Order: sequence, then structure tokens, then C-alpha cells
Amino acid sequence: MGSIESLFFDIGHLDALSSKDSPIHRVDPRIKVLTTIYFIAVVISFNKYDPAGLAPLVVYPLAIMTIGNIPFSYIMKKLLIASPFVLSVALFNPILDRSPALDLGLFSVSGGFVSFASIVAKFVLTASAGLALIACTGFDSICSALSRMGVPGAFTIQLLFLYRYIFVLGEEAARMVRARALRSFGNKGLGMGVYSSMIGQLLLRTMDRAQRIHLAMLCRGFDGEIHHVAPSKICLSDVLFLAGWSGLFTLLRLYNFPAWLGAELGRLI
Amino acid sequence: MSHHIVEVKELKFSYPDGTPALNGVNFRITHGESVALVGANGAGKSTLLLHLNGYLTPQAGSVRIGDMPITKKTLKHVRQTVGMVFQDPDDQLFLPRVYDDVAFGPTNLGLPPDEVKQRTLSALALVGAAHLKDRPSYKLSAGEKRAVSIATVLSMSPSILVMDEPTSNLDPKARRQLIHLLSEFDHTKIIATHDMDMVLDLCSRAIVLRDGEVVADGIAQDILNNRDLLDASGLEKPLRLQGCPICSVASLPNKLNVVQS
Repeated sequence: MGSIESLFFDIGHLDALSSKDSPIHRVDPRIKVLTTIYFIAVVISFNKYDPAGLAPLVVYPLAIMTIGNIPFSYIMKKLLIASPFVLSVALFNPILDRSPALDLGLFSVSGGFVSFASIVAKFVLTASAGLALIACTGFDSICSALSRMGVPGAFTIQLLFLYRYIFVLGEEAARMVRARALRSFGNKGLGMGVYSSMIGQLLLRTMDRAQRIHLAMLCRGFDGEIHHVAPSKICLSDVLFLAGWSGLFTLLRLYNFPAWLGAELGRLI
Repeated sequence: MSHHIVEVKELKFSYPDGTPALNGVNFRITHGESVALVGANGAGKSTLLLHLNGYLTPQAGSVRIGDMPITKKTLKHVRQTVGMVFQDPDDQLFLPRVYDDVAFGPTNLGLPPDEVKQRTLSALALVGAAHLKDRPSYKLSAGEKRAVSIATVLSMSPSILVMDEPTSNLDPKARRQLIHLLSEFDHTKIIATHDMDMVLDLCSRAIVLRDGEVVADGIAQDILNNRDLLDASGLEKPLRLQGCPICSVASLPNKLNVVQS
């Protein structure tokens, strides 16, 4: 019961982080979105048998979190919550793919384990970069950045409203769950039947509310588009931010830095 | 020419499922009047309000705002003239940040950015919420949400303010502040409410609705003192006009009965 409430409180925390001020927070949202998209594309493009090549890329989310004053533990917790989905996808790789891929002398590692590691690494990198982006930009700024970059309004407005009303929906659900818990003794009243009618109830309430919100929007002249106030301008430092990071990602993609480092170290020894 | 007149003639409306809501409503509200719309739950107050800004179209009769009837063409103008404050601020405040929400109306009116900013800030200042402008709206208290909801409408400089239960869910202090705030506006005000004491403070005129019809329309003081009328309409005298339970004998028997039973 408490978990729903604390979950929503937690999303609010993400929002609070975005209202801090740091050099990262001041970068134009569009630039941050573009940089993150490019980062994700580069991470995804790595071969599934090359988890080591991904390692240096961790510098991007780390840098954003450090400079943006985003607590690591917070992002890590969020990653843990999402990890079961990824693990369930990657779990079968070691079983299905048993061809040896890595020879470590005494024993060899199968291709399945290597690709498993690669999927997990890709997940950690992309998800932490996405979360760090939201934490140091704010969801509303991201939506406005997306719409200014040409993403269709229907999509960005949906996103914006999803974010605004997930709190209201959460509170509504929490109130219903509480009301049910207070009047169900032992396990009676907690069964599937009640649960499904609660979900239905929640849907009806949501539709009612959607109608009222639409009315409120019409009353204030909504014409299918949300005009964002005070548009920010892209300045030189923003361009440098984008160019610098993209350059680094491209270099790390084209040259296998860990392999080179390994070879150099081997030569020195 | 005045934009401040609201004229409703023989207005009828039933919901799609057949429930009749309004059954021939008539009234005319002129410039600067402050009118209370009172009636029991289900008397048709909210349905009537939805007609005043063109969200519902009359099935019979007409609604005129200022000099124009409400039609598709005049809708934009009507909605700017009639500022509507909803009962649940969570419906009214749909953007993540207070400032964006207050600026939403003026921006949609196509005003230049400087004007939007100036209107937004002055509307927030007027309701005493200037310090909230960068806060996410879901985190405000009920009183703050209500104040901001009113600002979202004021920023469009409407001539007529329509409010649905403005004092519901407020603590006594916040309620008092709101009444004080509203008393300072010189807009035409139409307030649908169950808060009879607020009516006494704010409204010079009251319209009583019962089963979709106007059963009384007159000076608020008179209507609020008419016990039979109020009783038949599912209402009660304002507490201040009821006898004091300690020093007045008039209301004592009632109270004793309750205690005994």
C-alpha cells in the first residue's frame, strides 16, 4: 500500500533534481536530447560480442551525474527497478549460445555469456544516460525541446500530460487502495474480483477527468498546440558540448580503446 | 456595448442518457453584479455553468454573452470574456509548472511574449502567488492551487468570472483570504456554491435553482432569510443568520432534539 505512494514521491524527487542549477542544467535541452540520442545510438551499435569496447563510454553518464550533482545511488536504484526486464531478455543467451568466444587459458567463456554481459552493459549505459538527462533537464523542458525539434505535437503533449497526471492518477489509486485495505479484514475483500472492478473504476474516473481537463484547456483557448513560453537560445558553449561529446563517442566507436590500452600495457610489461 | 452582460433565455438541456438537467432557465446578469447560483446537488448548477462558456450548446433557448450569442465563430471571444474556474484545481492546472499554466491562456490568445510575461506575473501577484511561479503545480497546497487556478483565468483579463465551488476543500483561513480576494475584483461574478456564508459576504444577488428551473432570483439577503424557500430547495440559512445555539432560545429545541435522539 505504502509502496505506491513512495513510488510517486520518488518521481517527484527526479523533478526536484531538475530544478537545481549546474553547468549541465544550463545546457540547452535540445542539445542534451541530441547528445543523449547520439550516445544511445553509439552504444546500441556495438557488436554483441564486444562488451569491453563499451566500457569507456561510461564516462558520459558519469560526467553528467557528477557535474549535474545527481546522486549516483538514486540512479542506481532506478536501474535496479528496471533490471528484471532486461535480465529476462538476456537470460537465455548463455543457454542458447554455447560456442566458446573467449579463451582465458584454463577455461573458456561461451559466446552466450559475452553477449549477456554486453546486453547488461548496454542497458546500464543507455538507461543511466536517459535518467541523468531527465534529472538535469526536467521532463517539461525535454518535451518542449522535442516539439521544437519537430516531433509531432500529439506525441509531446501526450508525454507532458502523462507526466503531469501520473501523480494525480497515483494519488487516486493510492486512495482507493487505502479505502479497500481499511475495510477488508484479513484476506477478505482483497481478491481478484474487487481488484478488477477497482481498475475499471479508475479507468472511468480517468476518462471523466480527461474530459474536465480538456474543457479547462478549451476555456483558455487551446487550439491543439502548446505554445512554450520563453524559448531558450542555443549558444556557442552548447554547440561545443554537442560537438565534444559526439566526437568522443565517434572516436570510442571507431577505435577499440580498451584493446589498444591492453596491447600498450602488454608491450610495456 | 458591454461585454459584461450574461443573458440566458428559456435554456433547456438534457444529457444524452435522457436525464433532464435544465428546464427553461431565464436570467439576465448585468455589468459588475456579483451573483450566487445556489441549489441542491443535481439542481443543474454545473450544467448551467458549462453553457456559459459554450462547452455545452443549448438544446433550446439561448445564451448571450455581451452583445453576441454563443456560436462557433464567437466561441474564442466568449471564452476570453468568460473566465471559468473549475472546482478541482487539478483539472485546471494541467501543465507541470505554475508559470506555464498561468501563461497558457495569454499565449493561446496570440499575445506577444512580453505582454504574456507581464500578464502572467501580474495575475500571480494579484492572487498573492508570485512566489510560486517556478513550483510544480502538483506540489502546492489546496489553497495555493486555488489561488493559482484563479490566476490562470485572470491572466486572460476576462470581464466575467465564473466559479464552481471556489471555497470547497479550503481551510478556514484560506477560505477567508479567497473571499477577501474575490471581493476586491470588479468583474461580473457568477459563483455556484453551497457555501451560504460566502454568498452573504460576496453576492448582492442570488439565483436559486431547483430541478433545472429558477425558483427564486433576487436580493441575496432576502433569499438567504427565506427559510421556507431554502428548505424546499435543499438549502439552509447561512450559519450567521441562524440563531446562536448558546444565547438564543429559538434554535435550542432543534439542538436538544438532536442531542436526545
